Amino acid sequence: MSFPKPAATLRSATGIPTGRLGVWWVIASEIVIFGGLLGSYIMHRLGHPEWAHQSINTNTWAGAFNTLVLLTSSLFAVLAHQAAEQKNGPKAARLLMVTCLGGLIFLIVKSFEWTHEIREGFTLTSNTFWSFYYTAAGLHGLHVIAGVVIMLIVAADARKGLELQRVENIGIYWHFVDLVWIFLFPLLYIAK
Amino acid sequence: MSDTAQAQTAPAPAAAGGEHHHPNYVKIWAILVGLLAVSVVGPMVGVRWLTLVTAFGIAIVKAYLVARNFMHINLEKRWVAYLLLGMLAFMAIFMGGVSPDVMKHDGANWNNDAAKAWVEKGLKEAPKEEEHR
Repeated sequence: MSFPKPAATLRSATGIPTGRLGVWWVIASEIVIFGGLLGSYIMHRLGHPEWAHQSINTNTWAGAFNTLVLLTSSLFAVLAHQAAEQKNGPKAARLLMVTCLGGLIFLIVKSFEWTHEIREGFTLTSNTFWSFYYTAAGLHGLHVIAGVVIMLIVAADARKGLELQRVENIGIYWHFVDLVWIFLFPLLYIAK
Repeated sequence: MSDTAQAQTAPAPAAAGGEHHHPNYVKIWAILVGLLAVSVVGPMVGVRWLTLVTAFGIAIVKAYLVARNFMHINLEKRWVAYLLLGMLAFMAIFMGGVSPDVMKHDGANWNNDAAKAWVEKGLKEAPKEEEHR
């Protein structure tokens, strides 16, 4: 049984396809969410010199490796977009799967990192620095999980050559997730 | 033609977006990885201003490269960039409004004794914790 596509899927009243416009609005709201969180962290960090003694316990190499993983996954996301524009759905799907793999590697590294930190006694409630650390990295991790799930759905359709415009849309979201990490990395791992 | 009919005949989003020239993405990725390496090595020198430049200055450059080349924000309608910059402006207003209360622990007519106590306690405990490790 087939359903007619909703008008919003096909409309482009603002000059931007509605799906992509929706993604830009999501990102606009995400800027306020992450911006508020990171802005609060920066202000507290500047007002609390004692946090420096807590931040030395984060693992810079794990953070750097995860940055590399996300940057690489972003490369595959944009290559998937390029393939979708060339109407090559199966190639776009394959590249999206590699992007998903990047997301999974990121989450695995993060889980090892957190396990080690919790075993060392650095928990959500041990200090305000760690509260910010787990909240910011955790919220970002949830966005990575959401991105991977959506990408798997988009890839399943793209493999059949369907809804190829969605490859670009999920790519824009994924690059934003990468962008947030680009700022989280120096804030949580470099500034010691 | 009615709105619904127009919607049905409008081009699909991918077609409406149109194809565009793609830069060399691998080259941009390589630049981003190079910048990442600098941001990791920079703070090892131990100079405060160099740490700030290599960590946060490079983060801004990396963000620009991703937004421009991967998100293609330069090819999007200009008001999208204004929308996103507007959100950043909201963030700046928020920070400007609350930063005096958060970053300072006293003023002409007020004292945040609790915050001062936390700073003092944290600084006292820090050397002990480091010794313990």
